[in-house]
Amino acid sequence: MKSFIKSSALGAPLAVAASAAYAQTAAPAAPTAPTTDWNAIIIFAGFVILTLGITYWAAQRTRTTKDFYAAGGGVSGFQNGLAIAGDYMSAASFLGISALVFSLGYYGLIYSIGFLVGWPIIMFLMAEPLKNLGRFTFADVVSYRLQATPIRAMAATGTLVTVAFYLIAQMVGAGQLIELLFGLPYTSAVIIVGVLMVIYVTFGGMIATTWVQIIKAGLLLVGATLMSLLVLVKFGFDFNALIAKAVEVHPKHEAILLPGAPVANPISAISLGMALMFGTAGLPHILMRFFTVSNAKEARKSVFWATTFIGYFYILTFIIGFGAIVLVSADPAYHDAKGALLGGGNMPAIHLAHAVGGDLMKGFIAAVAFATILAVVSGLTLSGASAVSHDLYASVFRHGNVDEAAELRASRITTVILGIVAIVLGVLFEKVNVAFMVGLAFAVAASANFPVLLLAMLWRGLTTRGAFVGGFVGLILAVLLTVLSPGIWEAVFGFPKGSAWFPYTSPAIFSMPAAFIACWLVSILDQSKSGAAEQSAYEAQYVRSQTGIGAEGAVAH
Amino acid sequence: MDEETLKRIERDPNFIKLVRERSSFGWTLSIIMLVIYYGFIALVAFAPDVIAIKIAGSITFGIVLGAGIIVISIVLTGIYVMRANAEYDDLTAAIVADAKGRK
Repeated sequence: MKSFIKSSALGAPLAVAASAAYAQTAAPAAPTAPTTDWNAIIIFAGFVILTLGITYWAAQRTRTTKDFYAAGGGVSGFQNGLAIAGDYMSAASFLGISALVFSLGYYGLIYSIGFLVGWPIIMFLMAEPLKNLGRFTFADVVSYRLQATPIRAMAATGTLVTVAFYLIAQMVGAGQLIELLFGLPYTSAVIIVGVLMVIYVTFGGMIATTWVQIIKAGLLLVGATLMSLLVLVKFGFDFNALIAKAVEVHPKHEAILLPGAPVANPISAISLGMALMFGTAGLPHILMRFFTVSNAKEARKSVFWATTFIGYFYILTFIIGFGAIVLVSADPAYHDAKGALLGGGNMPAIHLAHAVGGDLMKGFIAAVAFATILAVVSGLTLSGASAVSHDLYASVFRHGNVDEAAELRASRITTVILGIVAIVLGVLFEKVNVAFMVGLAFAVAASANFPVLLLAMLWRGLTTRGAFVGGFVGLILAVLLTVLSPGIWEAVFGFPKGSAWFPYTSPAIFSMPAAFIACWLVSILDQSKSGAAEQSAYEAQYVRSQTGIGAEGAVAH
Repeated sequence: MDEETLKRIERDPNFIKLVRERSSFGWTLSIIMLVIYYGFIALVAFAPDVIAIKIAGSITFGIVLGAGIIVISIVLTGIYVMRANAEYDDLTAAIVADAKGRK
């Protein structure tokens, strides 16, 4: 059982559908004694030393809350684009999607596309107003004209739930990957990740986190490019030959060119599509990145670069997945005596690295995968810490009566606490299938954070009551329906197949519209004086969101 | 920003132009993106066989479509940035200068 868990944890390719997919495809591997990969350890140690050096440098420059949460607002559009790409291209994307392509073929590409198409929407409708209205967290934007206390409490809850699910998936994935690749025990691996991320975030804040992301994004893009090139070289750069060979070799043959069973149900397919597309626009650690640039123009550039890098990367994962079908699945060296993939279902990309580039390449890609997880958990932790210190502590509990130093201290203490919590959860969840958790994070982001944020920026009629109720309706419904779906009800709780109350792979098709409707309905029924005042405050907010007048760092007014 | 400045900006022809053009452009591109993506999802959901139609050797319609959607996403964001950098920033600068100058 453990090896199955291993395979599904990282493969968390971000939706419940994946857990079903993995259940069918990840053959239980025989327990293999972890061997120590010195190439990987040395390359990773280099990454750690470099990033700790950057953290030391960043710590000298982190004096104010603006430095801590938003890197002083001095990140350029190009740098931020890379950092966003770094935040977004998690190990689940890299190992998970290539593993999905490896086992199910075209199905993996549906994920890649879904993860990318949210970005243009963010660009066209959200990037500029977001930058013009917010300071440190997306709650700043939502509470711009609404009542701070209830709205920040709601937004912080949405943030923490999203971050927690995402974080658990990454921690468990990290522990299993490192145990496997570096030969370290699971618990020490989780502790190493936790301690390093706490050091980055506590001392270096957003400045260090941004640079860790940039370096990691660069490494990942270089590594994936190299692997894809090495795969294509083997086929004389004939993509057609690669596909033909993959179809011939794969046990499912022609079926790998079809979308696949998990999206055979139209409602599941559409629902998953919605969660992937709009979830992106509601991920707090991604939204936070828009506040690190100086103005709306740089925010725009960031999205363009992020979209370019992420799109390019997803095309590569497809090549890597198909390459792995040909070069890994048919090679007994990567399988145990029973024919199962060594190390479990998430390993195709790592084995492929070995197949095309030998031990050194494998070590490099393994180190990059570890660096990827480390960078993503740092971004998540910073985002969670900002929700606690900036939204809950400074605004909700202290009603804004708090000085910079105290808020900074609170965010650092929160970071340490979150680090400990992440380590504990990582250890507790070791044996639990966490494949659904990233999917849940996206569903919550799409249902709780995104509707409220979008309406706050674009709809005059939204009131505090509407946003509060709508946000919680989306949050509760997304969590509840996910728990009642086959991915958890059957796969995790072990109830018999077919007994799940909610039959679809993702709740977004219900929970997201429900959140919008609740926001709308409660707002139009809201006859309160404060509600009317909030609606009339929309004009001023609108002018600022469109022009940036009054926004920090934009125009001296 | 005080009430008077706010009213003045709202009446500024540059502001009206900026808001109208940017929001119609932004929504047009968003709708294009949504139609493309949900068209793709509809194909996956209702006509999966179309995805597997071979159009050149072993390369299927689905692969070309998938890569195409990724490329289109990048191109559309690029188009938006180009237009925004060329037009919207100038308009915004004019609005800001006007709001400040008359104060």
